[in-house]
Amino acid sequence: MNANPVPERIAEVWGERTPYRRGDTWPRRTDSHLEAGVGESDVDRWVQSACVLCSNGCACDIAVKDGRMVGVRGRETDLVNHGRMGPKGLYGSWQWNGKDRLTRPLIRRDGELVEAGWDTAMGLIVRRSTELLDEAGPLSHGFYTSGQLFLEEYYTLGVIGKAGLGTPHMDGNTRLCTATSAASMKESFGSDGQPGTYADIDHCDALFLFGHNMAETQTVLWSRVLDRLAGPEPPVVVVVDPRRTKVAEAAVESGGLHLAPLPGTNQALMNGLVRELIVNERVDEDYVSAHTLGFPELEKTVEPYTPGHVGEICGIDPDALVRAAEIFGTAERVLSTVLQGFYQSHQATAAACQVNNLHLLRGMIGRPGGGVLQMNGQPTAQNTRECGADGDLPGFRNWENPGHVRQLAELWNIDPMTIPHWSPPTHAMQIWRYAEQGSIRFLWISATNPAVSMPELPRIREILGKKDLFVVVQDGFRTETAEFADVVLPAALWGEKQGTFTNANRTVHLSEKAVDPPGEARADLDIFLDYARRMDFRDRDGDPLIGWRTPEEAFRAWQECSRGRLCDYSGLSYGKLRGGSGIQWPCDQERPDGTERLYADGVFTTKTDACEDYGHDLLTGGTVSAREHKALRPDGRAFLKAAEYTPPPEEPGQRYPFVCTTGRTVYHFHTRTKTGRAPKLRRAAPEPWAELAAADAAELGVTDGDLVRVESARGGVEVPARIGRVRPGVVFLPFHYGYWDTGGEDRPRAANELTMTEWDPVSKQPLFKIGAVRVRKVEG
Amino acid sequence: MHLATYLGLLHSSLTTLADAFRQVGRGHGEEPDVRQTCLLLAGRIDRQTEALAPIVERYGEDREQEPERLHAAGLEGTRGGGVGLLRDLQDLYALSSFTDITWTVVGQAAQGLRDRELLDLVENHEQETARQLTWLRTRMKQSAPQALIAAR
Repeated sequence: MNANPVPERIAEVWGERTPYRRGDTWPRRTDSHLEAGVGESDVDRWVQSACVLCSNGCACDIAVKDGRMVGVRGRETDLVNHGRMGPKGLYGSWQWNGKDRLTRPLIRRDGELVEAGWDTAMGLIVRRSTELLDEAGPLSHGFYTSGQLFLEEYYTLGVIGKAGLGTPHMDGNTRLCTATSAASMKESFGSDGQPGTYADIDHCDALFLFGHNMAETQTVLWSRVLDRLAGPEPPVVVVVDPRRTKVAEAAVESGGLHLAPLPGTNQALMNGLVRELIVNERVDEDYVSAHTLGFPELEKTVEPYTPGHVGEICGIDPDALVRAAEIFGTAERVLSTVLQGFYQSHQATAAACQVNNLHLLRGMIGRPGGGVLQMNGQPTAQNTRECGADGDLPGFRNWENPGHVRQLAELWNIDPMTIPHWSPPTHAMQIWRYAEQGSIRFLWISATNPAVSMPELPRIREILGKKDLFVVVQDGFRTETAEFADVVLPAALWGEKQGTFTNANRTVHLSEKAVDPPGEARADLDIFLDYARRMDFRDRDGDPLIGWRTPEEAFRAWQECSRGRLCDYSGLSYGKLRGGSGIQWPCDQERPDGTERLYADGVFTTKTDACEDYGHDLLTGGTVSAREHKALRPDGRAFLKAAEYTPPPEEPGQRYPFVCTTGRTVYHFHTRTKTGRAPKLRRAAPEPWAELAAADAAELGVTDGDLVRVESARGGVEVPARIGRVRPGVVFLPFHYGYWDTGGEDRPRAANELTMTEWDPVSKQPLFKIGAVRVRKVEG
Repeated sequence: MHLATYLGLLHSSLTTLADAFRQVGRGHGEEPDVRQTCLLLAGRIDRQTEALAPIVERYGEDREQEPERLHAAGLEGTRGGGVGLLRDLQDLYALSSFTDITWTVVGQAAQGLRDRELLDLVENHEQETARQLTWLRTRMKQSAPQALIAAR
C-alpha cells in the first residue's frame, strides 16, 4: 500500500476533491501523517485500528516506531472512509503521547491528590463500595461513563452494574450526544439501529441535513458529499441550521436551500414539512398503509402548520419551507442525516421522529440513496447503546419485557430480580440529581469529563465537590473532573489497548493494541475486571459472575448476548475483522458479510415481544404500556409519531435578549483532553469565542476580537467576539473548552457555565442549543 | 336536567387541576422535567376549560355545592424531598383521575342527548387526561425506589 503524506489538513480540512458520479464507488485516497523526521521506511509496523474522534470511525493503521505511536494512515479498503482521514484523526489521535499522562493511581489525602499503588487505590474503592452496599444497597451506586470506551468494556461494565451490583444508575456522556438518535429510532422503528448507511451518499439525489454541521463534525463524510457535489449528477442539498455554515453555503450552491429557524422551533418546521408532503399528495399511500401506523393522528397534528404559520414561529420565509418540501417530495432518492442541532434542542425526539416520518411517508427507507442516518458523536458511543452501559438493557432488550429480562438472567446465570428493570435505567441527568440530593453516594466516572461537558457547570462543580459523594475518576489525563476525585485511576487510551467499536452506520472495527500504556496505566477493561474480582461478584452457582479475562473473550460473551437480536454480532470474530476491514451488523450465519441497510423489506422491529421499547408520549415522555402496545398490533409496522410544537422552556426576553446556541467545531473533540494536547489542533483553535451577527454586534458596540461577557441566569463566559454568520438574535459559543490549558488566566470560558439543566422528555438529552443570554463588552 | 351540575363539577375540577399542576411545577423547580411537564399540562388543561365554554353556555352550569370539597382535595402546598415529590405527584394523580371519571359521566350524558359537539370534546379530552395519568404514573414509577429505599 502506498501512503503519501497529505497536504496540511488544518487549512484544507476536507482535502482535494475526487469527484464521482451517482451510483459509482467513492474513489479511494490514502491519507497519512507521520511525525516530523519519520519516513515511511522508518516505521517498524502498522497496527490496525479505527479513529475514535468523531462518529465516522474512519479505519486506519497506526504507525509504530521504537514502541511509540508516530503516525496514522487511512485504510483505503474500508467502506467507511476509503482511505481518508480528517484533521482530528491525523493530528489528534496519537500526538499527546508521552507528555502529561496519568501513570499512577492517585488518592485524596488531607485534601490533596497523591500517588498510590493500585492495591491501595482499588482497596479504597472496594471498601467504600462494600460499606455503601451494606448500608444503603445498590441504589447508592452510580456509573457515569463515556462514549469513548470499547464494546468489550461497555459490556463488562454493564454486567457489573446490572448483574453484579444491581443498580439502574448507569449512563454515559452518550446521553449528551446520541440519546435522541436512539430514542427516535425506538419510537419510529421499535428498536435502536440505524436504517441507512454511509453509501447512501453515493446514490442519493437529494440530501437533507437536519441540525447537522457535517463539514465540521464528520469531515471525511463531508468529503464524500463534496465529491458527489463536484461530480456529474450532484445531489440537491437542504440544510436546517441557525448558522450560515459551510454546509449551508454548499446547500445554496447545489441549488438547494438553507433554512435557518430560530433555535427551539425545529418541531414547528418539521410539522410544516410533513404537512406539505400530505397536502400536496406526495405520500406513498401503498407503503404507508402496508408498513406504518398512526397516519390519521399525524395528519391531524400537523394540519395547523401551514407555511405561513411555520414561517412566523421559526422566523423563516414560508416559500423556502414549501420549496424544501417540494425537493423532499419529488426527489427519487432522499438521504437525511440528523445531529445535535436537533438532538440537543427543544422537542428533540419529536423533531427527530418527524425526519423518520418524512421517509416513511415517502416509503424511502432501506434502499440505496433512500436512507435515514440518525447520527452519533463518536463511533464508540453506539456500543454503550448496544451493550447496556447506558440507559438501555444489553442487546436492545426491553426493560419492560419480562422475557427479555429472563434471557439476560439466564445468560448471566443470576436471579432475574437482580437486574433492575422496574423502570428504564436511570438517565445521566437524573443520576446527577440523585448525587445532588445525596441518595447516590458513590459515583464512578470513566473516560469523560463532566466538569466541562455537563450543562450548568456551577451546579456540577458543587455536586462533585460534595463531601459525602465518593468520586472515582478513570481517565488518561488529569482532567478538570479528576481534580474533584477521591480516587483517580490511570487508564490506557486508544492504541494502548485492544477492542472493537461500532460507528454510526453499524460498522464494527477492531482496534489493536499498538503500544504499551505509560507507567502503571491499565486498560479500562482490566480495571473493571479487577473491581469485579475484588468485589467477588458471583452467579447462582457460586462461580465468578464474569468469566472472561481478555478483550477477545469479552467479545465472545457479547456475541452470545447479541445473538438473535437486531444488533447480532454472532457472525463476527476478531479473526474476521483482522486483516479485513469494517463489517456492518447484523452479521450472523445467514449474513456472514454483514448487512448494509436495515428494513429493506419494510418490516420493522415493532412486534410487541421483540421491540426494544413500547414507545412514549412525545410531549411528556409518559410510557406506553405493553398492553397498549399489543392492542395497537404493530406487527412490524413503523410508527408515525406526532406531536404539536410547544414553545421552548426558556425564550429571550428583556433581561436576556439573545438565544445562545452551542456546538462543536472542526479542530476539537469533546473536552479537548486529547485534541487540546495535539499541537496542530491546539494552534488552529486555541480558545473559544462568541459568534455574533453583524447587526447585533454593531448595536452592542462590539468589534471583532473584543472581549465580551455572555451571560445567562446560571453563569457566564468571557471570550473574544467574532462577527460571524449566525442569524440575528442568536449567539453561538463553541463548547468543551475547559480550564486545564488556560495558563493561569481565570476568566470563565466553558460554554456550559451558562447552559441549562433541562432535557428532552423522551430521550432525556440535555438542551444545549437554546438558552436566553445577554451580551456585553468587557471593558479594558 | 342535571347535566349543569356535572358541567359545573367538570369546570371546577379542571380549574383545580390546572392550578394544582402549576403549584407542583413551581414547588419542584429543582426537578426540571417535573416543572416543565406540569406547566405544559396546566396550559393544556386551560385549553380544555376554554373549549368547555360553548357547552356551558348551552346547558348552563351549577357550581354552588362543590367548590369547597374540591378545594380540600386539591393541594395545600408542595412537599420537599424525594418522598414529598412522590406524594405531590400522587395527589395530582388523584385529581386527574377525578377529572377523568367526570369526563366519562359527562360523555354518557352527551350520548343520551346525541350532542355530537360535546361527544367530540369528551373524546379529545379523555385522551388529554390519559396523557396526564400516563406521565404521572411513569414519573412516579421512576422515582419510587430511590425515594423509598436510598434517600436519607
